Amino acid sequence: MRVALFVTCVNDALYPATGVAVVRLLERLGVAVDFPAGQTCCGQPQYNTGYRHEAEPLLRRTAAAFEGHPYVVTPSGSCAAMVREHYPRMGRRAAAEGRGSALAELADGLAPRVYELTEFLVDVLGVTDVGAYFPHVVTYHPSCHGLRSLGLGDRPRRLLAAVKGLELVELPGAEECCGFGGTFAVKNPDVSAAMGADKLRSARASGAEVLCGADNSCLAHLGGMLRRRDDPLRTLHIAEILAATEEDAPR
Amino acid sequence: MTGRETGPGTYLGMPAFPDPDPARFPAFPEAAREAVRDAALRANLRYATHTIRDKRARAVAELADWDRLRAAGKAVKDRTLRHLDRYLLQLEESVTAAGGTVHWAADAAEANRIVTELVLATGEREVVKVKSMATQEIGLNEALEAAGVTAYETDLAELIVQLGHDRPSHILVPAIHRNRGEIRDIFRAEMGRWGRPAPEGLGDSPAELAEAARLHLREKFLRAKVGISGANFMVAETGTMVVLESEGNGRMCLTLPETLISVVGIEKVVPTFRDLEIFLQTLPRSSTAERMNPYTTLWTGLGPSKGADGDGPSAFHLVLLDNGRTDILADEVGRQALRCIRCSACLNVCPVYERAGGHAYGSVYPGPIGAVLSPQLRGTGSPIDASLPYASTLCGACYDVCPVAIDIPEVLVHLRERVVQGGPVTRRGVRVRIRPARGHAAERAAMRAARLLLDRPDALRAGERLLARARRLGIRPHRLPGPGRAWTDARELPEPPPEPFRDWWARERGTATRTGSKDRKGDDGPK
Ligand code: SF4
Repeated sequence: MRVALFVTCVNDALYPATGVAVVRLLERLGVAVDFPAGQTCCGQPQYNTGYRHEAEPLLRRTAAAFEGHPYVVTPSGSCAAMVREHYPRMGRRAAAEGRGSALAELADGLAPRVYELTEFLVDVLGVTDVGAYFPHVVTYHPSCHGLRSLGLGDRPRRLLAAVKGLELVELPGAEECCGFGGTFAVKNPDVSAAMGADKLRSARASGAEVLCGADNSCLAHLGGMLRRRDDPLRTLHIAEILAATEEDAPR
Repeated sequence: MTGRETGPGTYLGMPAFPDPDPARFPAFPEAAREAVRDAALRANLRYATHTIRDKRARAVAELADWDRLRAAGKAVKDRTLRHLDRYLLQLEESVTAAGGTVHWAADAAEANRIVTELVLATGEREVVKVKSMATQEIGLNEALEAAGVTAYETDLAELIVQLGHDRPSHILVPAIHRNRGEIRDIFRAEMGRWGRPAPEGLGDSPAELAEAARLHLREKFLRAKVGISGANFMVAETGTMVVLESEGNGRMCLTLPETLISVVGIEKVVPTFRDLEIFLQTLPRSSTAERMNPYTTLWTGLGPSKGADGDGPSAFHLVLLDNGRTDILADEVGRQALRCIRCSACLNVCPVYERAGGHAYGSVYPGPIGAVLSPQLRGTGSPIDASLPYASTLCGACYDVCPVAIDIPEVLVHLRERVVQGGPVTRRGVRVRIRPARGHAAERAAMRAARLLLDRPDALRAGERLLARARRLGIRPHRLPGPGRAWTDARELPEPPPEPFRDWWARERGTATRTGSKDRKGDDGPK
């Protein structure tokens, strides 16, 4: 099997270790990984802030970059949701605005081929035990787009539960938003920080050493708050835990 | 026609302030800041919203066919809205045939004028009111007061708000921001000025507070000759009005007075009596988490005897309120907000509402539904209305619980587009193109610049390498200037990595794709 990695702009620029972890994990599972170099950003920041038309060139670019790849895998629930849910919507809106069906065709062609990482592992590869080793107490925060738009359900937790040495503890109020919300974090900083503080309080109450998530943008918000307070709790993307082995432990 | 929206075209409650005056109703982030810092308020809200949120989840989980009920509710509402003209005319016919009188009000001013004239014509100077969002939306109490008519709210929470000279902060529980001690103090201080005073030595137990309200209100019910209500539903086929409530005050107001006036938004019509089957299941479970609400009052005009038997009101007036609704109906994405049955489930589950409180939304409609309704009804010209579409992380919890499946995040994003780009809207039936709201030029330029960068992988790569170089030079800011400050006020920035992913890929994997061999040494990624 061969997949195209859609690493996302945030991971490319700020969290390359997550991208590397996805590559190693998939290769360990016998999957060949391509990285189409034409990819950049899915356009979610533009779209969600109200600049739909600025997101359209990025839709075209993303669709072109992954043209011909039957499986496109991304370690971000919100970017997967952007492509699967909002791209087709952007296509329909463009058509409704009398700009033809080209955008809709690109969007509809790409959307069903895009998989969030945990979804790809569980649903396509059919694995939950990926042979990882991570001897720490971990709790999982299901980011909203993975939880509600993609319906990832318990897939991430099943994958974590199968990791050797890992003790998975429940996060109280797990389904509550962490307060990141893209530009929300800077447009409504007080509410965002209040939500983040509540999420971190729950994470600490869980007794975990590691707060794991499947979206580095949410983790940038939570991790940034933790580091501001020199909190020993740390954040880690699920790919890095699943890629970890006894020989090759992450940071 | 094109132009910038200057002020609200539509009166949206918040009594006595027809315009959301920026001094009183600042943009959402500012209004929310105070609430976030008010520890007592946050504790009240957290406790109240979490309690009702959990109860709702249990009440909904009891029904195996919830998803089908939700889909059916959505379908009925959509079909009705598609043929709204027809159903409203049918409703008018049915109500008239049953002895009622139908009035059409294009906006708040017209509705207030109609109601005021109807009340004055009875010679009465007092009315009792059933809790109603529509009459709050149009600021009816203030209009009546200006005409020398006193309106008494009879819903317990509305009474608390009215006695406390306060503003509602929740659709269903307008005094949700108050705790028992505060309510006792309000009752003690204010009841005597409006009627029967609070009993001596009033405590703050729910039973005592409820009893004080009961005694205070009873004399109003028995004296009032005019009742004013809204309605949860109106049945086109039969002309039947439906009010759901918990306290029984509504039943009193709907049956005891001689004249009954109902002010109802035109989107509240449903085609047939059978359609109620859906909503009488979904509304109580979504709003109060009850299988069935304690009081459901249905009336059809003056009844078969046209009021001749002396039972119930002898005059019934229905005021059908537009106040911006047909303009919303013209918008393909925004119109789904008209499906709303005002259950308030979206408020109770909203993490932003929980922290910001209802007053920050600057409208009688707070929470997620308020954030999509107010900027559509009033326009996006004022600071509060231009900021409301951004008062959400788009977490989608509201959409999940909405019993008529309003995709609130979708409408929020749509309205964000209207704020920053302008575009076509309908105002008073006329299609106009509005310009962007003020103050987004820098953001627009930044978004465009980001897009231009992101549309060129080589440029993106250059930017990423710059970041890595900054790291090597030890540049790690803890505080950013400008808009970035909002990030670094509460959080550290992510540490820039030694190299971007694409550089690692180029070095370690090159263009060739390698498959899973077990031993791959020396391809250490960025740590
Ligand atoms: S938007 Fe939906 S959940 Fe919110 S009040 Fe209206 S019907 Fe209820």
